[in-house]
This record gives sequence, C-alpha cells and structure tokens, in this order.
Amino acid sequence: MMRAFLTPRFAGMLALALVIAVLPAVLQNNFQFDIAIRVAFNAIVVIGLNLLIGYTGQISLGHAGFLGLGGYFSAITVTTYGWPPAVAMVVAAVIVGALAFVIARPILRLKGHYLAMATLGLGIIVSIVLNQESWLTGGPDGMSVAPFSIGGYELTTQKQWYWVAGGLLLLATWLSLNLIDSPVGRALRAVHGSEVAAEVVGVDTTRFKVLVFVVSAVFASVVGSLSAHYVMFLSPVYAGFFHSVELVIMVVLGGMASTFGAIIGAAILTSLPQLLTVLEDYEHMIFGLIMMLVMIFLPKGIVPSLQGLLRRGTK
Amino acid sequence: MLGEFIQYLFSGLTNGAIYALVGLGFALIYNASHVINFAQGEFVMLGGMNTVFLMAAGLPMPVAIMLAVIITAIVGLALEKLAVEQTKNATVVTLIIITIGAGIFIRGAAQVMFDKSFHTLPPFSGDAPLNVLGATITPQTLWVLGITIVIVAALQWFFTRTLLGKAVLATSHNPLAARLVGVNVQFILLLSFGLSAALGAIGGVLITPISPTNFEVGIMLGVKGFSAAILGGLGSGFGAIAGGLILGLIEAYTAGYISSNYKDAMAFVVILLVLFFMPSGLFGKRGTDRV
Amino acid sequence: MSLLEVRNLSKEFGGVHAIDDLSFTINPGTIHSIIGPNGAGKTTLFNLVTGVYTPTSGEVLFQDEPVTGKKPYQLASRGMSRTFQNLQICMNMTALDNVMVGRHLHLNTRFLPSLFRLPFIVKGDKAAREMCTELMAMVGLEHYRDWDADSMPYGALKRLEIARALAAEPKLLLLDEPAAGLNDTESRELDEVIKKVARNGVTVVLVEHDMKMVMEISDHILVLDYGRKLAEGTPAEVRKNPDVIAAYLGNVA
Repeated sequence: MMRAFLTPRFAGMLALALVIAVLPAVLQNNFQFDIAIRVAFNAIVVIGLNLLIGYTGQISLGHAGFLGLGGYFSAITVTTYGWPPAVAMVVAAVIVGALAFVIARPILRLKGHYLAMATLGLGIIVSIVLNQESWLTGGPDGMSVAPFSIGGYELTTQKQWYWVAGGLLLLATWLSLNLIDSPVGRALRAVHGSEVAAEVVGVDTTRFKVLVFVVSAVFASVVGSLSAHYVMFLSPVYAGFFHSVELVIMVVLGGMASTFGAIIGAAILTSLPQLLTVLEDYEHMIFGLIMMLVMIFLPKGIVPSLQGLLRRGTK
Repeated sequence: MLGEFIQYLFSGLTNGAIYALVGLGFALIYNASHVINFAQGEFVMLGGMNTVFLMAAGLPMPVAIMLAVIITAIVGLALEKLAVEQTKNATVVTLIIITIGAGIFIRGAAQVMFDKSFHTLPPFSGDAPLNVLGATITPQTLWVLGITIVIVAALQWFFTRTLLGKAVLATSHNPLAARLVGVNVQFILLLSFGLSAALGAIGGVLITPISPTNFEVGIMLGVKGFSAAILGGLGSGFGAIAGGLILGLIEAYTAGYISSNYKDAMAFVVILLVLFFMPSGLFGKRGTDRV
Repeated sequence: MSLLEVRNLSKEFGGVHAIDDLSFTINPGTIHSIIGPNGAGKTTLFNLVTGVYTPTSGEVLFQDEPVTGKKPYQLASRGMSRTFQNLQICMNMTALDNVMVGRHLHLNTRFLPSLFRLPFIVKGDKAAREMCTELMAMVGLEHYRDWDADSMPYGALKRLEIARALAAEPKLLLLDEPAAGLNDTESRELDEVIKKVARNGVTVVLVEHDMKMVMEISDHILVLDYGRKLAEGTPAEVRKNPDVIAAYLGNVA
C-alpha cells in the first residue's frame, strides 16, 4: 500500500503541489508573482506540446498560433461583445480544437522538417492575420482585454491568479501523467518509436497523431484565453514565430517525453530572461550560450539527463 | 503594365536570389549532417554588418567584403567545431536547438560588437537606374543576379567535377558508406558549415546596398531560406535555388498586385499547398521506407 | 476455410517485378515457411500481406474476406501479427512497454477514460502487464523486463518483437527472418518457441534462410525465386525438387 504512494508519478505530483503551496511565502513582490504565474501558464502549454513533440515524436513550430487564437477569441468576444469569459474560453477551446482537427490530418502526413515547415507556416499566417486585421484585433498595437470573471466573481488580484494558474498546472500535470501511463500513451510513444511497428499491432497511427495534436492545441487555447484575461492586454506577438520557437525550446531544454521536464523547461525559460536582464546588452549572448551548453552536456534535456545520471549512479 | 510586371519580376528575383543563397546553405548542411542550421540567417547578417563596420574602419570595399566573408566563414567553422561536433550521438532535435541557441548567441554578439541600427552599403557600381522593358532597376540588382548565377555555376562545377565535391555528395547520400571508402566525414561537415556561412555572407553583402541590414535581419532571412530549402525539397541544392526564386517572386507579385501586408502570408500559403500535394517538396527525394 | 489466401499477387517497383503473379494458400494450424534466394521477394510478400505495401494487382484474402489494400492496423484487428527483418523496436520505451504495445487492440484505448485514469484502465493495464511478463518469459527474456530497449542486445530484441507480436493474440503470425543474427543455441531455442506458439493454435508463417530450422519445423514450404513461386510442398518434397536445388546451388552445366 505504501509502495503505491511512492511511485515517481505520485512523488512528482506531491512535490509540485508542495512547491505551488509554499511558493507564495517565498515570493516577495508582484513582479515575482507575475513570473510564477507566467511560468505556470507556459508550463501547461508546454506539457501539451510535449505530448506532441516528446512523446509522439511530431513537431510544431507554430503552436503559439493556437495560443493567439484562443486569446484573441476570448479577448474579442468578451471585451467587444460582452460574452461571459468562461463561456468564451470554452467556446474558443472547442473552435480551436475543431480547427486543429481539420488541419491535423493533412498536415500530419508530412514528416520531420516538412512538418516543421508546415506548422511554422500556419503559425506565421495566423500571426500575420492577427496583425493585419486591426479593425478586429487592434493590429500590432494590441488590444486591451477585460478581466476574467465567472458567475459575477472577478479575478483581479495576483494572488487569485496564482492559485488559478497553479491549480490548473497541477490538473494538467495529472492529466498528462495519466495519459502517458495508459494504452493511449503507449500507442503515442509507439508512433514515435516505430510507426510501422505500431501500425502492425493495430494502432491507427493517424488517429492518434490527430488526437494528440488536437489535445495540445486545446491546452494552448485555454492558456491563451486565460493569459489574455490575466495580462488584460494581448498583442499579435503572442501568437508569433518567436513565441512558438520559445515553446519548443522549453520542451527540448526541459526534456522531451517528460511531463516534469516540460515544467522545468517552462520555469527556466520564463525566468531566465528576467535574471539575465542585469547583463543588459550581453543578455542574448549569454542566453544563447546557456542554451548551447545545456544541449551539449545534457542532450536529452535537463530532467531525462539528470534521471539518467541518477540511475547510473545507483546501478 | 508590362513595366510593372517586369519591375516585380526583378525585385522578386533579387530577393529570391538571396533566399536561394540562404536556402543553399541550409541544403548543404542538411546534406552533410541531416541537421537544419537555424543560425543560417545570421551568416547573411554577419556578411553585411561586417562589411559595413570594416569599411567604417577605413578598409576599401573589396577588401572589407573579402574579409567579411572570411570572418563569417570562420564563424561557421567555429559553430561546427565548438557546438555541433561536441554533441556525440545527439538527436536531430538537440542539434536544431543548439543551432537556434547559436543564432541567438550570434545575434547577441552582433548587438554588442556592432550596434542596433540599420546600416547600408554603397552599391557596387553606382545607383543610376537602368531601364529594362519599361521597368526601372538599379545596377545592384544585376550584381545580385549575376553573382548568384556565377556562384551556382561554381558550385555545380565543384560538386560534379572535383573529387572533394563528389565526396560531399557521397556523404549526403550515405555517410556511413562514404566513411567506409575513406571520406573524412567530419571534415566534410566542417567544410559544409564553412561554405554555407560564406554563401550566406556573400548574400548579405549583395543585398545590403538594396535593403539595409541590422543585427536582427538574420531571423526572417533564416525562416525564408529554410522555407526555400523545404519548398524545393530538402537535400536538393537545385531545389533550394528554385525554391528561393519562387518565394521571392511570390512575395513580389503579391505585394505588387494584391497587398504588401500579406506577401509573407501568401508565400506560406503557397508552400503549404505545395507540401499538401508533394510532401517532399518540389524536387525532394520521394522514397518508401524499407522495412 | 483457408486462413490466408493470396491470388495472382503482383508488386512492381518502377519496372522491377518484386512479386509476380503469386498465388498460394495457408491453412490454419500449420507452420508454413517461405524460402528463396536473396532478392526473391520474401519480405516484399510479407509487406504486401500485412498492408505495408499496396499490391499492383492481385488479391489477398484473410479468412475468406478480401483485405487487399487494407491498412496494417485494420489487418491487425482481424488477427494478423508480424515481426520485421530489420527490427522495428520502439527504442524510446522499455522492453515490457514494447510488448504491452502489442496488447493495444485488447485494451480500452478511449481517450477520456485514459485522461482521467479510470479504474478499469488501471485494471486492464495491470492484467496486460502480467500477461506480457509471461510472454517475455516464454521467449526467454524474463530478466530483461524493465530494461530500456535501447540497451538490449540484438538477439534479445529479435525475441522481444516476437513477444510483442504474440501479445496481440493473433490468428496468423508472420515472422520475417526471426533467426537472422542468432547463434546455434539461440536458433534452437527459437525453434522451440515457434513450435510452442503453433501448439497453442497460432498459424505461423516464417521467412527464413536457416534451412535446418525450416526443414525441422515446417509443415509446408513455399519457395520463391524472382518474385515467382518456384515450388511448394512438404519439406521432403521441396528438398528433392530439382528447380529448388538449381536455384540454391546453381545449375550443374
């Protein structure tokens, strides 16, 4: 009975819950809370993206497009048309999920760099449209977004958002861990490991690739909506190429095929630039250098590489 | 009417030639290592920026250009030696992230060593406009097109007529087999990075008189060059060139006849359509996996 | 009822007739071997039968149902399972997980129940884990159970593929050169595994070069050469067939 509780997944969830619960006592100012909230939001997106990239072996260089679509749908319907934010968020997720479903099948026939190109292209197209259609989106200057409210209760303080973000992160982690450790999760990993082997044992690989693509898009859409309400401002840069690449870096740096790796990756990449601003002009140089060094010395990403070292140490 | 059409043709081909050079760089490195070098665009930036600053330091233009290309080539070699070669048994994804990091590093270094402003170079032979079939073009355009043609021809000769070039081709088809017949694959990889960097730098020098350079131009150029290489079919040098020119033309004609705001979007729409019908690009290898 | 029937099957690869107008039948409950010189088309035949390739012409029938052109996962759901000549192991998973992938069609793979880790999913996985552990023991891999696939030796991986194929509880098991790269002891152990599998009611079709194994365990042999049927029959019949001897040993001019 005790052994069931000491499984890595339970220990990990517990550690995460503890960190989330204890962190507010450590964080000193609004700025740090803001980073924590943004880490949590990014982590949720990256957990979803990791399912696609790390576990199923696909690639998406345009995932910020889904963030943008979710965000702008919420922003526009709530701020301009007065929709209830919770409804807008759910509808956005459904629409983005449907969109992802429609493009998934043709796009996922592509492999490797061609798939990367297609997702890159789609992401850029989304951000260009968001940029150009300023009558709707406010264009490159962005648009202000009404705060999130549900049943008359408005989320305005950082503390409130912190608990929302933290709670959702815990939920996303649990869902992701569940999925990985199930027949569906094994099918996804098999698609990555050997698509033809998966096919001959009965895995409809196309269906599963589409499934995980849609799931990761929905994760992104939800975060996009919530982020827009949290920051109360949204600009097309949020859906842009840089953001998409950042998300992929978070997946790879933290560790592919590792839910906790996704969280670590998000944490590091969200907070590192803040730490590096002290270096002013040298910020980008050092950032690039850190990226290269991490990948050279920990090629599987931080969490899997450290896990590997630990295992070899105990063998 | 015709004049306008020809105008767009030239501007499309001019930009397209630069995309082609960047795309070629992608293709070269991909062929040697199956890695996509996302720092490729930065080589273009380094070519232009280095030339600007070397000239500002007093060097005559031809010397500055040569030195800039050499410096950039060295950066390419350093990237391979210090970053790519250090990763043993890395997956392609890891290497891609390393090159992205390298790109960020190079941009950051450029920001520090140069500055954040836009810079331009004097055109090679003046800027007296020429009239071609009703279109007004600058002599620099002819330089870009002319030198690109010369480079492509030189590369063609290199790959088909020299032993080293053939070794590079062999490595691209089957690295293991190449190694077994005595090809130094590590050296080929080094050479590919150096050559790609030089190609990018030359592109940067050629285009800066027309389109000012700045420490960030590499990003979008990298994306366009990658798109060119994919459109043409990854692994095909000829495809990269064709892809680059096509991309340039789509942009120019979209900007001219439809809307300049959507020129980039249109390019990507076309690429997506091509990939939908030809999943390996226009001239890419279409193979069945052996199981 | 025949289990597998192939009628006038052909596959061309740009002018090369890899398989040329091939017809044969496989009856349930037998061990069937397909032999032939290299390049005879044996693996291509497997790929055609299991849906990895689409035939240029001809038909494949499984349990009298036409299945030509169906995708591999559709054939798997009808009871076909196979291994690969060039190992197709998921190196990103453990040995046990690889075998558990083989249970895919027998487990609940609905998305929402998996997402919320409903109890019946957990129970199903537990039962699958036990069954797959037994299968690994059956092929002699019991102490590799929790190993990462990418640290396992080649011979072990070959047997792992067989365990995975068996986890699907197939009616028809196609083994593509299972003995390739195995030494004598391992090959004899493999013989026993195949015989045990057949005794449990699975029809086995084997592509092999190891003549000792083929002659020892087959009920029926099909000989291919240049994509065409050269001969078929019992081991005794095939051994004496002059065309077969010529193809393997060359003509005595």
